[in-house]
Amino acid sequence: MTATVAIRPTAWKTYSAWANRHRKWLFAAPAMIFVGLLIAVPLAWTAYLSVTDSQGSVRAPSSFVGIANYLKVLGDTDRYWPAVLRTFTFTGGALAAELVLGMGIALLLWRPFRGEKWVRVAILLPLVATPVAVGMMWRLIFDPNIGFANQVLRWIGIPPQPWLSGQATALPTLMFVDVWQWTPMIVLILLAGLTSLSEEPDEAARIDGANAWQRFWFVTLPLMRTTVVVAIVLRGIDALKTFDILYATKGTGGGSFHEVETLNVYAYGLSFDYNDYGTASTVLILFFLLIIAIMWMVTYRRKGNRS
Amino acid sequence: MTDTLTVQPELIRAKPEPERSVKRRSKGRAYPIFRVLMLTLTVVLFVAPLVWMVMASLKTNVDIYDPGKTFAFTPTLDNYINVLSRNNYFTFIFNSFWVALWSTIFSLILGVPAAYAMSRFTMHRSAMVVLMARIIPGVSLLVPWYFIFANLKMVGGFGVLILSHMFVALPLIVYIMISYFDSMPLELEEQAQVDGLTPIGAFLRISLPLSAPGLATAGILSFIFSWNNFMFALVLSGANTKTLPVAIFNFVSYASIDWGSLMSAAVVVTVPIMVIALFTQKYIVSGLTAGATKG
Repeated sequence: MTATVAIRPTAWKTYSAWANRHRKWLFAAPAMIFVGLLIAVPLAWTAYLSVTDSQGSVRAPSSFVGIANYLKVLGDTDRYWPAVLRTFTFTGGALAAELVLGMGIALLLWRPFRGEKWVRVAILLPLVATPVAVGMMWRLIFDPNIGFANQVLRWIGIPPQPWLSGQATALPTLMFVDVWQWTPMIVLILLAGLTSLSEEPDEAARIDGANAWQRFWFVTLPLMRTTVVVAIVLRGIDALKTFDILYATKGTGGGSFHEVETLNVYAYGLSFDYNDYGTASTVLILFFLLIIAIMWMVTYRRKGNRS
Repeated sequence: MTDTLTVQPELIRAKPEPERSVKRRSKGRAYPIFRVLMLTLTVVLFVAPLVWMVMASLKTNVDIYDPGKTFAFTPTLDNYINVLSRNNYFTFIFNSFWVALWSTIFSLILGVPAAYAMSRFTMHRSAMVVLMARIIPGVSLLVPWYFIFANLKMVGGFGVLILSHMFVALPLIVYIMISYFDSMPLELEEQAQVDGLTPIGAFLRISLPLSAPGLATAGILSFIFSWNNFMFALVLSGANTKTLPVAIFNFVSYASIDWGSLMSAAVVVTVPIMVIALFTQKYIVSGLTAGATKG
């Protein structure tokens, strides 16, 4: 009896001392192991599937085909390369529009004014809205017959457009939807950057006679460089991976002519509609390498610029 | 004489002024008006589609097809009654809520201590491991996940949905909390340790309570991201564990679209999140802009 009472505090103390000594990994490891397991095992499996002709079910017998899938995919000018192009068009176009609009709106919001709170709430709404619901909402607005978009065009005398159902107009329309939903995020990030700037450089330039545009271009923008890069990285990664609004509005294969089929939509279709796991895994590995390469380039350039 | 004396100084002072003062006054008037107009336009462009969605959800399908009834229509709740009563929507609402709640709680338990260690010991590489989850395309993990969890008989259950949504929530929480802990002074913890607390004790009793705003930010955002997630639930949920985004998507796989019901379903999924956002605006903004201004 006395022994247990004597032992327990010591045991606890030993354990506590051990835990405190190793708290760095005791704290960090569980999260890292969780993410690591959920990434490493599947990614290795995907890499393995990409060199097999696995189809139908991953448990069905499949044979090793080496780099045949990679040769097939990289030589595929019918689906793969157009999907790569669309991924870049979508990301580049939407991101550019979001940055320009985002900077404009952030500058409008910069100095305090009455009713500021309400404007901020208004721009927060698209940002938190569920992307699938947003897709459905725009699907109705852009409906060629009953949509509000064409109704407005009719009022101002412009012929109605096919919007989402047109082969050439679908992707730009979806880029517009992306801009609508995500410009607010760029606004918030840039506004946080603007608010943290000191007023002195701007004031000094004003005293030296610089006009508003000069002060923005030569003083504010250079000071905002880090914030702009953060905004590009955060938004760019998500834009490359856009899936919800594309799949919710155009469905499998990105429409009947694959007009909005980006890499993510293409890979999803190959995986879950055609069960062609070999090809799908190849596309995914290439997509993954592409994202890593872009990430590396952006971080490398940032470091290069700073030194 | 007295007249000239009183007039002259004004003339002298006025001489170099006119150009500048006119310029300044005209600019001073033009910009506020321009600003108000542009801000109004911004608000209208961002809010109008949502208003449109709500209006359509209150119309009968006949009215939706009638351009004459764009703004003038008799509101009806039939679509909501239809969606909520006929399509198990309460189950889907519960599913979305349940998955978002538990994935947020578990992610906080795993993510907050990790973020603390990564901030205090500046573990950049370890942080990158967790943040990889945010960079990697989800599709590239989904096929293996599906078959692994199917073998474990977990596909279609809540467990796998919570796990997959944690994969979204965890990097977000770690990212937000690292920048929160980075900005928190070390002195209080050091003082607590001088006063006899162990380092873990100092974390639990001093840093954790002090980081409540950061925890709220991380928790709210991870709840929203889980609630909005579509792709993981699309593949991994079963008939009884479908979340709202999947339920809405399934709405249109039939031949003709019941627009009124679809819009009311869209309102049902977006409005709760927007209400949360209205009341927690400050936290959401600080979470979305975390790390934006540091070097």
